[in-house]
Amino acid sequence: MTGIYEEALYGLAAGDERVVVMTAENRAPIRGLAERLGERFRDVGIAEQTLVGAAAGLALQGRIPIAHALSSFLTMRAFEFIRTDVGVAHLPVKLVGSAAGILSEANGPTHQALEDVGLMRLIPGMEVFCPADVEDLALGLPAIVASPAPAYIRLNLRPPAMTHELPFEIGRAELVERGSDILILCAGALFREALEAGRRLADAGLSVGLVNVRMVEPLDEGPILDAMRGAALTVVVEDHFLRGGLATAIAELLAAKGETAAVVPISFSDRWFDPALLPRALEAAGLDGPQLAGRIQKAWRERRRTT
Amino acid sequence: MEEDERVRLEHLALNVRERVLDLATNGGCFLGASLSCVDLLVFLYARWLRFPMPGDPERDLAFLSKGHDVPALYATLAELGHLDPALLDRHLEPDSGVYWHPNRDVPGVEFHSGSLGHLPSVGIGVACDLKLRGSRRRVVVVLGDGELDEGSVWEAFLVAAAWKLDNVWFLVDRNGFQANERTERLTPLEPLREKLEAFGMYVSEADGHDFASLDRAFGAEPRPGQPRAVVARTIRGKGIPSIESLADRWFCNFRSDEIERLREELRGGAAARLESEALFVR
Repeated sequence: MTGIYEEALYGLAAGDERVVVMTAENRAPIRGLAERLGERFRDVGIAEQTLVGAAAGLALQGRIPIAHALSSFLTMRAFEFIRTDVGVAHLPVKLVGSAAGILSEANGPTHQALEDVGLMRLIPGMEVFCPADVEDLALGLPAIVASPAPAYIRLNLRPPAMTHELPFEIGRAELVERGSDILILCAGALFREALEAGRRLADAGLSVGLVNVRMVEPLDEGPILDAMRGAALTVVVEDHFLRGGLATAIAELLAAKGETAAVVPISFSDRWFDPALLPRALEAAGLDGPQLAGRIQKAWRERRRTT
Repeated sequence: MEEDERVRLEHLALNVRERVLDLATNGGCFLGASLSCVDLLVFLYARWLRFPMPGDPERDLAFLSKGHDVPALYATLAELGHLDPALLDRHLEPDSGVYWHPNRDVPGVEFHSGSLGHLPSVGIGVACDLKLRGSRRRVVVVLGDGELDEGSVWEAFLVAAAWKLDNVWFLVDRNGFQANERTERLTPLEPLREKLEAFGMYVSEADGHDFASLDRAFGAEPRPGQPRAVVARTIRGKGIPSIESLADRWFCNFRSDEIERLREELRGGAAARLESEALFVR
């Protein structure tokens, strides 16, 4: 699935001289671009701060740098460079964090980046794109790159879980399914599991809605609130810490609008997850489709008991 | 360097120092570190850089990575007519945009700074773009020597050499001080020349208060593809003996009568009597 992203990126770079593809020696998703882009491919080596600083310098000169590094080191080690050089100046640097969250698989807590979305959301004006799969990523890339704002892309090269046909716009979510009992809001790599869980719950007779949130910043406030109002229970599914991620963004949205809703977050709350290859990591974390359906159903029953 | 050129630059530098001094009251500024690099900035903006005016599309670009010396930049730009001096009269007023660190909304400031160790990497990004365009414009990054403690500086040096950025000059204001302590007593930098050379730089050394010496250092021609470092030996507080190299004269906020006495000292008068307590800000 690497090829889909690489081709999408190459297409953008080939059509726009301003695009410079950069990496801090994180070449797996863009291995073929060094040769194809020549001087407009820039590898700084294992130096994330310099990656971000140099990207800011290129953007200052009118370029659109698309800078790749492992998410943990990009968003945490280089955080102050992102905040100060990219954020304060509001430069159109596009940061691509790989192996974030559950996609870090067996790497362990050093690589898990369960904080990245929260950190990037703290930077005023930063757009945060958490694609549902590689097709969603490729669909969103042109708009993200064309936007004059800085952006963080939580790289997700998982195979498409469904066909994403809606046009991609900055700050717009994809409403996959409407439902009156439960609404599932999902941003990122767990979309396939959320989709499967929703289908299982629908098979069990529940009316289940699903939103591919796509962008946590800016959040598609109106349609998300509408969908939440139409469902008895909202469940947020994300491979991120509870603090700072999508669940927090939803809580902030409700507070800002003075609305209330029953919301159950399925996020990482108090610890990093047990490292393993993806299927086993999902299973161990209770995030594979069947377990996710079970957790949502349990929340639904508890909700029914108390209301 | 011709004698009349040297006299012109020294005259400019004296006026710039006076303007810097004016900012060391009503809230103050980082006076010592600003005075150490006045001659460096006068040399750059009045002689070496191709800088017809702020924003000129063909100008060379100087980045102040040691951002706390921004009074020297503002004063230099004002003295050369690039910046309205009236703006400096409003130093530290909330809506003036003129505060303790560089603000890129002020004409002539290429990028904001204040967090040390950032602009070497920003500078190489700019230099990389200029190379891609085939432009002959040049990039100078002004660094403090205390700033060299930051690891990101050395990361950027490695990449500048790897990318063969011979359009970049890293100018080190070697005034011998961190904020509060001498560099060699805290985290020694020497042998600095050898360190920079080992990182792939073509290194020149200069007396940072001697324009002819700076002229020679910046005129040195390395082999193509090699980034340059100029280590300029300077004196913190240069020009006002009461301020020079005193560790507690890092950040200064004087009364207006003290500023008057310091101005007389700058113009060759007796040592100023100072009563204000020095402030430590970091």
